[in-house]
Amino acid sequence: PDKHLVGMTVYNLYVYDRNGTCLYYGEWKRTRPSHLSREEENKLMYGMMSSLKSFVVKISPTESKDKFVSYRTNSYKLNFYETATGVKFVLATDLNVGNPSARDILHKIYTQIYIECVVKNPLCPHGQPISSDLFKSKLDAFMRSLTIF
Amino acid sequence: RITAVMVIYSVWVVNKAGSLIYHSDHTLSDSTAGEMEKLYATHPIDLVFKPEGDRLLVQYGDKERNGMVLVGINDNAVVGRILSKTGQPALDFLSEPRNFPVRLRFARPRLTTNDRIMLGSMFHSLYAIATRLSPVSRSSGIEVLEAENFKMHCFQTLTGLKFLVLTSLRHTGCDSLLRKLYEIYSDYALKNPFYSLDMPIRCELFDEHLKKAVDQSEKASAYAVNQSIA
Repeated sequence: PDKHLVGMTVYNLYVYDRNGTCLYYGEWKRTRPSHLSREEENKLMYGMMSSLKSFVVKISPTESKDKFVSYRTNSYKLNFYETATGVKFVLATDLNVGNPSARDILHKIYTQIYIECVVKNPLCPHGQPISSDLFKSKLDAFMRSLTIF
Repeated sequence: RITAVMVIYSVWVVNKAGSLIYHSDHTLSDSTAGEMEKLYATHPIDLVFKPEGDRLLVQYGDKERNGMVLVGINDNAVVGRILSKTGQPALDFLSEPRNFPVRLRFARPRLTTNDRIMLGSMFHSLYAIATRLSPVSRSSGIEVLEAENFKMHCFQTLTGLKFLVLTSLRHTGCDSLLRKLYEIYSDYALKNPFYSLDMPIRCELFDEHLKKAVDQSEKASAYAVNQSIA
């Protein structure tokens, strides 16, 4: 058990494929309801991530091609993780989560839950919202394990 | 010896409408570090160049160098579109088979003022969207934006003015720097009778004091790191 990962607040998670289709949206400790429809909010989040990625590349003062990792407001932190195949994970947490921990968590979700339950499942169609119950329950259990003190 | 670990790259000020009213580069990153050189053995080259402004950009043919500017051929600099040594247009040089093999150097294009204005207004919008997408109530906009090699701090005043500072990842003390910049803005821009609100800031004293504050912050941050290592 990873001691440094427990005791955090997870608000919500968005998963997108390379075309921008929202494959999954999950909510845990979210307190402010969305003022937009689910579809509109998913699209806005994807648009914002795309814009932030492009913003970071353009404004980067270092010469190497840079990548967007996260942002913080005064109330929450948004962590971003993109795989080599263009699958994007967007996780909103409380402010105390460090970037290495967040990356670790999202990588685990990708390899141990998404790949195992969705990619390796011949009955899960590509490019469509995830309907697998196993994915949902495993993800839920994982998120709950993070928030236990 | 700490080299280039605690660096403040630049300071930007964006007004409440999203327009860039001030920009200052404090440290330009080492431009030779990012130059990519490649040897092309035979004519013709697989690359398609696009003339943009007075530069030659790689438009097509090389995924890694897409969008980069041609800055050198065989140890000679390319200034604009011309080989600085001979005055010959670079594209003409590359169209003659007898000049091959040839070594081409590329670098990322420098930001133009228009680019900066666009980025300032892009950030202004993204800042607001962060509040809209917040899973908790009463969130501010983006205060810290983190990338793999730099981070950007933002302080929005009560009147909607934003101070942005780009720093290296491990830089500390940005909050106090941002508030100090606000003070300097109040003292040397707002109180300047020749300065109009929300217009580009062209006040000497503002520039001077801003540079001093940024220098101090860099030193303080380096000192803090030295202390923690010692």
